[in-house]
Amino acid sequence: MAGAMRQPPPHALGPLLALALCALLTAACSARDGEAAPILQPSRTIENKGSDTIVNLALAWAEAYQQVRPQVQISVTGGGSGTGMAALINGTVDIANASRRIKPEERAAAEANGASPVEFVVARDAIAIIVHPDNPVDRLTIDQIAAIYTGEIDNWKLVGGEDRPIVRLSRETNSGTHVYFLEEVLRKGDPQSEALFSPDTLLLPSSEGITAEVRDNPNAIGYDGLGYVTPEVKVVAVAPAGGTDFAYPTVETVNTLQYPIARELYMYTVGEPQGEVLEYLNWIMGDQAQSIVSQLGFVPIGP
Amino acid sequence: MTRGATLTEAVITRLIQVSGFSAILFVLLIFAFLLREGSPALVEIPLPSLLGLRWYPIEDHFGILPLLGGSLVVTLGATLVGVPLGITTALYIAEVSPRWLREILKPMVEVLAGLPSVMLGFLGIIVLAPAVRRLLDLPTGLSAFTGALLLGGIAIPTIVSVAEDALDAVPRTYREAAMALGATRWQTIWRVTLPAARSGVLTAVMLGIARVIGETMTVMMVTGNAPVMPTGMGSLFRPARTMTATIAAEMGEVAKGSVHYHALFLIGVTLFLISLVVNLIAAAVVFRGRTRAERVLA
Repeated sequence: MAGAMRQPPPHALGPLLALALCALLTAACSARDGEAAPILQPSRTIENKGSDTIVNLALAWAEAYQQVRPQVQISVTGGGSGTGMAALINGTVDIANASRRIKPEERAAAEANGASPVEFVVARDAIAIIVHPDNPVDRLTIDQIAAIYTGEIDNWKLVGGEDRPIVRLSRETNSGTHVYFLEEVLRKGDPQSEALFSPDTLLLPSSEGITAEVRDNPNAIGYDGLGYVTPEVKVVAVAPAGGTDFAYPTVETVNTLQYPIARELYMYTVGEPQGEVLEYLNWIMGDQAQSIVSQLGFVPIGP
Repeated sequence: MTRGATLTEAVITRLIQVSGFSAILFVLLIFAFLLREGSPALVEIPLPSLLGLRWYPIEDHFGILPLLGGSLVVTLGATLVGVPLGITTALYIAEVSPRWLREILKPMVEVLAGLPSVMLGFLGIIVLAPAVRRLLDLPTGLSAFTGALLLGGIAIPTIVSVAEDALDAVPRTYREAAMALGATRWQTIWRVTLPAARSGVLTAVMLGIARVIGETMTVMMVTGNAPVMPTGMGSLFRPARTMTATIAAEMGEVAKGSVHYHALFLIGVTLFLISLVVNLIAAAVVFRGRTRAERVLA
């Protein structure tokens, strides 16, 4: 876990870096064209957009892939899983990143445009429950977390903490993490459940916003992808609904399915990928790319 | 006058006329577009849902009242902060400060107007929100109040700039007459200069409010964005979600033509109508002021 937590989360830098990378590559490219020496193959740009959870990972992959295939440019942008899906459906990207499965209506919209989306599991992620370092609470069951976020539990003393109000923090509704948390924690995976976030849940536009508030505010509880947890906040051990088997989120507990709030991370293409996009996806499934996954605090996919 | 010159004259006159009308045309086109994209929401969303108290679009809860309420609370708070500060600053610059100080202050205030709102929001998250939480002992500093403080600050340059111009336009003779009658400086400012510049000062306030309603980035960063229906002045110290922040946060995710997309445009129509009303009030105030001035001159 310590290894996972040491990773800095330069989340906001992600899109900037991608832009800078693109700009550099484009400049280099046009300079090459200007020299009228077309020795190299014409370059191909792969547009990659979506989940903010994956954006750092996708950037790291894109950078490493430059060494593998310099003639392919990969431009990576974040914005949320929904944003990536919308772009995929509108045909403006080659690969959409998502931290949740494609919704039926998104699949239908893509099919209405002529091709059906193809899904690839590219990594696994655990969602950490974070609180202020001074908060004495260090373990919560899924039932308790659900009760906190639906508004049933309003004070930390009801879950073994101090007599303080609970301030619930969540990502915005366009975040895949938000949807996953709603379905797997608040509704405990039950599709019939109508449970909703308490209306006074703070919806923050970024992971940094959540980390900043949890770091400062002893009333706060938040959730975020394991890759974005910083050492300044405290991670809580979680037990499954009805269970008492508490586990901290680590690579091991996620792989052994002992940590209950873990999920798969996806890439989607429209239609079976071809050419360079297929090459890139194959490379992502390989050892080199999957070792980057563990470096960034995510969990690599098994063989 | 040659025929060529007359023709040039006519063309230039026509061009100026066209650019004058183009603003009206653009406003009408934007409104038509907003209406076209937003009005289907009125049909697609049942009225009880639209007037409900829950905004959670991914589960088809489209109650826009909490968002309207959030915008009103934040705007009201920002007005309470920005208007007194803005007008007193304008009074100081126009009436009290020595000339050299005035020439420093006015440009400084205008520099303040150029501050990017995302920077203020960042400052709000890092400095202001934690301070507000500690000082007022709130559960969280990400509240409508924090947003109101920052937006008040954003409104101040607009208010100061316009109000100061209005105060400056009051003829010197008014002040001299007041002083000659034995009025103190404060009495002159409060009873003579300020009432004489009233229409301009009210315009300044209205423009400040319009600026606040439309502000997006700062509120999105510091108000917590929880769509809770405000229930009184206590709501000022709780999180709120404004209409602008909702559009900004959610428009990236929506599929074009979906119910959610139309609902966001309906919020856009509402915002447009609100700022239209505010601007109309401002215009009406100015118009009334002008007719009075004309009466005096006649």
